[in-house]
Amino acid sequence: MKINENMKASDSCKIQEKHRQMIAINELTFAYSGQPPLFQEFGLHVGRGDALSIIGPSGCGKTTLLYLLAGLRHPQSGSIIIDHKPISRPRPRSGLVLQDHGLLPWQTVRENARLGLTIWGFYGSDGRHAPADEPLVTDEADQRVDAWLKKLGIEGLRDQYPLQLSRGQRQRTAIARTLAMKPDLLLMDEPFSALDAPTREDLQNFIINLHHESDLTYVIVTHDIEVAVLMGKKILVLQKRCNQETQIIDNALLGLKDCRRQDEFQQKCEDLRKLLGSPA
Amino acid sequence: MSRRLNIRGALIGLMMFFAIWQVLAWIIHRPIMPSPVQVLPIFGVSLFGNLGIHFLASTARVLAAIGLAVVTAVPIGLGLGQIPRANRIFAPLIAIVYPIPKIVFLPVIYVLMGITDISKIFLIAIIIFFQILVVVRDEAANLHPELILSVRSLGAGRRALFRYVYFPASLPAMLTALRVSVGTAIAVLFIAEQSLTTYGLGYYIVVETYQVLRYPEMYAGILAMSLLGLALYFVIYNLELRVNRYRAE
Repeated sequence: MKINENMKASDSCKIQEKHRQMIAINELTFAYSGQPPLFQEFGLHVGRGDALSIIGPSGCGKTTLLYLLAGLRHPQSGSIIIDHKPISRPRPRSGLVLQDHGLLPWQTVRENARLGLTIWGFYGSDGRHAPADEPLVTDEADQRVDAWLKKLGIEGLRDQYPLQLSRGQRQRTAIARTLAMKPDLLLMDEPFSALDAPTREDLQNFIINLHHESDLTYVIVTHDIEVAVLMGKKILVLQKRCNQETQIIDNALLGLKDCRRQDEFQQKCEDLRKLLGSPA
Repeated sequence: MSRRLNIRGALIGLMMFFAIWQVLAWIIHRPIMPSPVQVLPIFGVSLFGNLGIHFLASTARVLAAIGLAVVTAVPIGLGLGQIPRANRIFAPLIAIVYPIPKIVFLPVIYVLMGITDISKIFLIAIIIFFQILVVVRDEAANLHPELILSVRSLGAGRRALFRYVYFPASLPAMLTALRVSVGTAIAVLFIAEQSLTTYGLGYYIVVETYQVLRYPEMYAGILAMSLLGLALYFVIYNLELRVNRYRAE
């Protein structure tokens, strides 16, 4: 039932593509100073409610592309348009989750999870640093943070400091912090690669379910083929050399129950492995 | 940070201190080493009289110097830590000036700034300034880049990064630097107060008591100066424990 609904959603996505576009990258060129360009006249389009995984060898620019989308790096030329607006600085409604080191060590889990809203309160709803379309109500913000801590199963740890937590618990805190900002776009850089297998699967399912429930658009950067196939409705494959053409694989497997065990899943991983040119 | 001094430890330490002092007074048996039994009553009485005014004058100078050093060194240190290009320009200068014993500038400061409290406060402030500047700069420079990026992604601009990341990150190291340098600061205060003022513990100890051979009163002054150093040390130490709570098990 769930799958059919998603198929319909992606169909209508095609019809109103222009209107429902979340990310539009046109003729992007980017290079770090003194190095060959990572991207040259590169284009990418991601619809609202899409799930994109980005995979490629290390040094291919996958993290750079994510930072460009987050507004933390600026292209030499070309445009990056998110939700119909070109971005020049981090966008309040885009959430970013990195592999580690994202939490303030001197703040408790709850303070960390509330940090985005605290910064929002610091600037006020100015539309630059924080969303302009809604005022921040302190009580409501606290409730929102607590609700996410509960959903992520860490409400019992709210007064602990990050150094007292496991990696998985820290990552749950970072996810809670991002989701408390009600993002419409979630950007993730290897968010699960430092976690043990059960925690990783649990958090992957959490994000996939959230995507299905709330039409959340996300982009996940990974070096892991299985993660790319598991989490991406579309998979962008980047090359070690300069990226000029956009290599995207469609993947209908996202959200299938227990798809990790299916033959089709293994086949898709195999295809991707060949495309990446690494030995099977 | 684990050897926290409790009340019991403090009492034992004080008792040992006075016991050794008493023994020395018996052995030496000269006016220059009066017994604590003779000094403590004088200290107790004069701290609420003449000595108290000198004590307050010295305390005010040290606190003003700490304040002046903190409000200048912290922003400059945070700025240098965040802007590598500026740090590259100023790092050699700081490295050369940092180890100079600042007391040698005493005559220069007196001539340039006049014989006022300001010149004494300034002299102490530059000692603390460099200690704080260096650690705050290094703490800000060594923050994990991913931490800065993820806080920026939450919408933080420069002001919010200062408030929520850079300042709290450098606070523990700043307090440690302050605790370590406050001893030197009081030593320099002692020298600076020996001349060109009529208030301050340095003046009290050297001019009002030592030079007129009032040794028991002189020891009351020494106790007051020790108390000043001790009090500042433990106030800062307790602040450090508080800001370092997150590191505890």
